[in-house]
Amino acid sequence: MFAALNRILAILIKEFIQMRRDRMTFGMMIMVPVVQLTLFGFAINSDPRHLPTLLYLEDESAVVRSLAAGLQNSTYFDIEGQVSSAKEGTDALQSGKVAFVITVPAGFTRDLLRGDKPQVLIEADASDPSAASNAVGMIQQIVNSALRQDLKGEWAGLSQAPPPVDIIVHRMYNPEGISQYNIVPGLLGVILTMTMIMITSIAMTRETERGNMENLLAMPARPWEVMVGKIVPYIGVGLVQTAIVLLASAYIFGVPFIGSFWLLALGVALFIIANLAVGFTFSTIARTQMQAMQMTFFFFLPSLLLSGFMFPFRGMPEWAQAIGQIFPLTHFLRIVRSVMLKGSDFAAMWPNIWPLLVFIAVATAVAMKRYRSTLD
Amino acid sequence: MTKAGDNLAIDVRGLTKTFGKRKAVDSVDIAMPRGQVWGFLGPNGSGKTTTIRMLCGLLRPDAGQGTCLGYDILKHSREIKRQVGYMTQKFSYWEDLTIRENLEFVANLYDIANKKQVVDDTLEQLGLTTRQKQLAGTLSGGWKQRLALAACTLHSPKMLMLDEPTAGVDPQARRDFWDQIHRLSAQGLTVLVSTHYMDEAERCDQIVYIAYGKLMAQGRVEDIIDQSGLYTFVAEGTGVRELMERLRNKTGADHVAYFGNALHVSGGNLDALTALIKGEQVVGIIWHQARPSLEDVFIHLMGQSVDNTAVA
Repeated sequence: MFAALNRILAILIKEFIQMRRDRMTFGMMIMVPVVQLTLFGFAINSDPRHLPTLLYLEDESAVVRSLAAGLQNSTYFDIEGQVSSAKEGTDALQSGKVAFVITVPAGFTRDLLRGDKPQVLIEADASDPSAASNAVGMIQQIVNSALRQDLKGEWAGLSQAPPPVDIIVHRMYNPEGISQYNIVPGLLGVILTMTMIMITSIAMTRETERGNMENLLAMPARPWEVMVGKIVPYIGVGLVQTAIVLLASAYIFGVPFIGSFWLLALGVALFIIANLAVGFTFSTIARTQMQAMQMTFFFFLPSLLLSGFMFPFRGMPEWAQAIGQIFPLTHFLRIVRSVMLKGSDFAAMWPNIWPLLVFIAVATAVAMKRYRSTLD
Repeated sequence: MTKAGDNLAIDVRGLTKTFGKRKAVDSVDIAMPRGQVWGFLGPNGSGKTTTIRMLCGLLRPDAGQGTCLGYDILKHSREIKRQVGYMTQKFSYWEDLTIRENLEFVANLYDIANKKQVVDDTLEQLGLTTRQKQLAGTLSGGWKQRLALAACTLHSPKMLMLDEPTAGVDPQARRDFWDQIHRLSAQGLTVLVSTHYMDEAERCDQIVYIAYGKLMAQGRVEDIIDQSGLYTFVAEGTGVRELMERLRNKTGADHVAYFGNALHVSGGNLDALTALIKGEQVVGIIWHQARPSLEDVFIHLMGQSVDNTAVA
């Protein structure tokens, strides 16, 4: 009995020694809970507030100003300014700069005071239904209480039920609030991140681990030839995956595709390259396939949580949004959702394309530098 | 065109490589004529692999200069790679490719003319034709070595660098392997082969002995033994093994080893050694002076060098 305990203890001690030596695994054990706690505990918020909002005011009375103040004070809406035409508002929604455009039509104050129940139009970017839903749900109440301040004296009666204004909600790009419209295009990004980084880092590390790399380099293959030859097949894999997701998206989930296919293709190409560069960098750091796998997860996890795939990006505090901006997935999600659901054009997508280009440049530079140093 | 070094396959001086603080290879000079088979010996971690990798252009030396097959090892590593066949210590072909696929891949990388014919011929020469569709990973150690040799000679190199090609291979396969090396050498190839086996060292035209990064001896086996300044007495008979512990650490006996049913006692000082042996005459044990074996010499050389690999 004691002998068995001793043997178990011996194995246990050996296990701890090995655990301590394997810095990567040790790091994962400590970092994963810390990162998860930080992200879930502080960064993620399923009731996003401070959503950027633009006003299109055809009527600028004191009542309208207090209406705007009421929206701002509700903390759901951050009024970022006014637009001078309806088109300007639509463009801002389409490029994803703002989440809402609120239109107060001409004659609003007059109609209100007459008791004619004027309309207020709120256009919401519903491409992510969960991001907009709470704010939209609250708006009637916010408007009513804002107006109650002003409707005093002879107009006090108007502030009683029924509500004095009629709020028209336009859920743009996804009128029925179908969450698949948001999730399925997003999955394309998630699947590509997962497989591109993992497959490349593992495929490259495997060659090093098995000694194939030394052999390759002893033959006339140049380092960059090895790299290109090893990466190109996985670009092909990424394209096949893209085709599968897009076909499923169209024919199984019925997600609309109203934008330019070629703009999406550009986004996919940049995104695949960005991820391959990350995978390649990992392969130059990891010594074993296991480590490559761990590094992939370490990159994948925050990508998933901070990119806006699982939780509304705008719901996160600013520091988390700043970190989220680093990940290629964040920008790719915006591109794929905007192009498919909103039909955004190149100019509208440029703010998400250039960060991908910067990411590719930096990741490639790091990968090449690391790659060179591993050869010697 | 003709230079003094033209008949030298390898001509390097002061070759040095440092990893961290440790000098893996320290000022090694090698001048190796073309067409010979040279053995590269030394204890584990002595810098053999690092030296080979510098010679074939895989590693850049920190100091030193020289040529391999007439090409500057610092500047022309691509030309060297084209003309050298390098066989790594660990099997480094693709285990999930078949023998044939491995050879075809190598043929493509070197852009060999008439690939199919060359691959067929190589398979035939090395007796791999019947196994060409087998996955390399399923081969036994000896067959893997055959495949590796086939692959690294496929592009008709002028020189072969083999890093412990026969480690862990059975005697029959080892003998076959050396027959192949001598066959290739007869065709004019220069061969540098590292090994731990003394019998293999004796199959070489010359040997280079390196320990802890420093070159300790170089020359023909006979010369190295003669120049070692070592004297050996051999004791045979029943109970010689019991003598071993007694003689160890005694003045005059630098090394005591038991092999081939005999006790080998070696030392650098003949007088001290003779005196020691005189005092150890036991009935049933016959002493005689013998020529030191290569192994005795190597163990002697190893004792002279300072181990700089120990981790503080």
